[in-house]
Amino acid sequence: MALDSSKTTGFKYVGTRPDRPDGFDKVTGRAKFGADATAPGMLFAAIKRSPHAHARILRIDTTKALAMEGVKAVVTRADFATGLTGENWNILENVMAGDTALYDGHAVAAVAATSALSARDAMKAIEVEYEILPHVTDVDKAMEPGAPVIRTGAADASVPEGLHPNVVRYHESGHGDVEAGFAEADLVIEDHFVTEATHQGYIEPHACLGTLGADGKGELWCCTQGHWNVQKVCAALLGLETSQLRVTASEIGGGFGGKTTVFIEPVALALSRKANRPVKLVMTRAEVFKASGPTSSTSMDVRIGMKTDGTITAAEGVFRLQGGAFPGAPMEFTAMCAFAPYDLKHVRQVGYDVLTNRPKQAAYRAPGSPMAAFAVESVIDELCKKLDLDPIDTRLKNASHEGTRASFGPKWPRIGLVETLEAAKAHPHYTAPLAPGQGRGISCGFWFNHGGETSVSLAMSEDGSAQIMVGTPDIGGSRASMALMAAEVLGIPYENIRCTIADTASLGYNEISHGSRVTYASGLATIKAAEAAVEELCARAAAKWGIPEDAVYWEDGCAKPSGPNAGDFEPLPIAEITATMGATGGPINGHFEATPEGAGVSFATHIVDAEVDRETGSTKVVRYTVVQDAGKAVHPTYVEGQFQGGAAQGIGWALNEEYIYGEDGRLQNAGFLDYRIPVASDLPMIDTVIVEVPNPGHPFGVRGVGETSICPPLAAIANAVSAAAGVRMRQLPMRPSRILEALDSAADG
Amino acid sequence: MVDVALWSGLRPLVGGRDSVTVEGGTVGEILTALRRDHPALGPTLDAGVSVVVDGRVIAASLTEPVHPDSEVVLMMRLKGG
Repeated sequence: MALDSSKTTGFKYVGTRPDRPDGFDKVTGRAKFGADATAPGMLFAAIKRSPHAHARILRIDTTKALAMEGVKAVVTRADFATGLTGENWNILENVMAGDTALYDGHAVAAVAATSALSARDAMKAIEVEYEILPHVTDVDKAMEPGAPVIRTGAADASVPEGLHPNVVRYHESGHGDVEAGFAEADLVIEDHFVTEATHQGYIEPHACLGTLGADGKGELWCCTQGHWNVQKVCAALLGLETSQLRVTASEIGGGFGGKTTVFIEPVALALSRKANRPVKLVMTRAEVFKASGPTSSTSMDVRIGMKTDGTITAAEGVFRLQGGAFPGAPMEFTAMCAFAPYDLKHVRQVGYDVLTNRPKQAAYRAPGSPMAAFAVESVIDELCKKLDLDPIDTRLKNASHEGTRASFGPKWPRIGLVETLEAAKAHPHYTAPLAPGQGRGISCGFWFNHGGETSVSLAMSEDGSAQIMVGTPDIGGSRASMALMAAEVLGIPYENIRCTIADTASLGYNEISHGSRVTYASGLATIKAAEAAVEELCARAAAKWGIPEDAVYWEDGCAKPSGPNAGDFEPLPIAEITATMGATGGPINGHFEATPEGAGVSFATHIVDAEVDRETGSTKVVRYTVVQDAGKAVHPTYVEGQFQGGAAQGIGWALNEEYIYGEDGRLQNAGFLDYRIPVASDLPMIDTVIVEVPNPGHPFGVRGVGETSICPPLAAIANAVSAAAGVRMRQLPMRPSRILEALDSAADG
Repeated sequence: MVDVALWSGLRPLVGGRDSVTVEGGTVGEILTALRRDHPALGPTLDAGVSVVVDGRVIAASLTEPVHPDSEVVLMMRLKGG
């Protein structure tokens, strides 16, 4: 039989909106999150953290803590592996400080006790003597001559000579001759932009329960976007054999990239190894802010030249990102995404990765891209205003499309930017009248999306239902999407399929749920695993009918003879085949393992209306429309949710959210009371338009959708607010005080 | 032989050229040839790169085929949130 499920139309299950499989568990409280696990004899842990932004650790005295009632173990850096290099060393240094505390909140010791209260009291009894060192938390100041050096020798080979040692990585890309391009322009605008660090704001704090014996065998339950990565990193940090540590991912209360690494899991395991008891460790909200992985803050300069007809003649951007006290700020993605939406003859983008005394940044949905869009799309908006051009027509005139060269090098394959711009232009929102005091903003955004190592297993049950085991934690509705794609191939109802997130001992390796890869890569693997099962189902039917296997095909959940010559047999339903599978050759399963390399990039266009109160500086987003290319929306409700979620987080990032550091280098607002994420009353209904330009690298045309939706909001909102206020907003967040300053500054001329 | 385009930050490491020509029929062979013929690129390759072949971003697979007329572009390694 021919088995090729590639199709982009004529779906029966894909594209429908069935109930989510985890809904009942989540609304009844049955779902188990990170902090919900318990074990007999379990201890509770607390982490001692540095109160200083930068300090040498002279002495740690645990004597008093260990003498307290109920205390079973204390760990410091001496309880972890030695001799690590590269990123494993960076992660260990972040998980537990070595000889220097590098930021406010950096872990220096941890304690396990028989109650959470005892653990907290014992943590306070740990004495640490510091020598306070000079600190720097601002990206521009960290690059200045004379800035405190956070770590000598951290720069890699990419960094040109002469830069401050805090610059640890450098990126430059582009093509053409930008100066020649600017000379062709009728108008050139250059501007400086700043964004503050923000947090992903996931509602569930990091939490885990670890058990590790003296025999080197362990079990770990944790809230993560990637438990194989947790297994690998924890094993390295603790000197274990990877396969001896079994990691199970809990339900996850939000991740958005912030749960793609480890912070507390190795600590719980180290304490367990020392105490020989299970250890539970749950971050407080303040710890989440201080010691997990927020975004980078940025300082950016963008210059764009344009002709009076809207043609962009040249573009140049310099993007400086601080990523805390460790290399890794995603400046290369900021640079590469910055001008990706546009077909440019002359373009140059430069990125700097800069160390500061802040926590180690982590991914946050399309890491680095939203800030780039803020700077670039603001300048394009200003050019359109000055040249009296329509913002969508101008973007269409310059839009990247199949065959044009991307700003970062290669020629584009089939992409859907033009389709999102055309859909935005056709949307009633774009031409709706604005009320006094309101302004409208437009922005495009881009993200790459990713494939990655993937394993999926599918098993048929005797009653003809199926179970799928995937290894990518469900952070955006992937269990529903997997079941829909399997239903499409197997030809059985969605409700007859259960998708489970397997632990690390039950399935082959899976890369993290990141890079918008899950519906693409695990989905592709699910389709292939289902095809393998169908092949075997057809073989069993062929054997029963006594005809060749290639004379059988699969349709609507039944094996059928391929034509009159194959024989006259009634269709054989799946349940009749599986009912006897034990006696006809054994269990019927399918599995697929690969590193799919056909991920499809995606673009989005957002339209925003904002209203500014000129007396208070308060801003309200009054209307919002997201238009994005999904390739194929497997479960449209979840796709719309991803679109809306990206817009909602972008509204927070643009208007209110920021890490605020004092002169002492300490974080001033480590809690949701002072770090203001948007609540329902801050948000309008967010309209969505799903564009479907199929990705040829996926059997059903799927592109990732989880990240691109946060790329345009900062710029689209800034453009709307700038239009409403009548003054260009160049710094995020656009909190009321900043709006008032901008209005005063404009009034002063 | 395949032309491999380099991002501009790498060009000083290969005498200012915007691309280099190496032998190889797969992504893995091309990376090996780059490392052998242009040792200055070694640290960058060690840090991790993606290879774009005819518009497809190859993030990990060394066995992906590359043809003499393929458009091959080095890119910094992708990750995401």
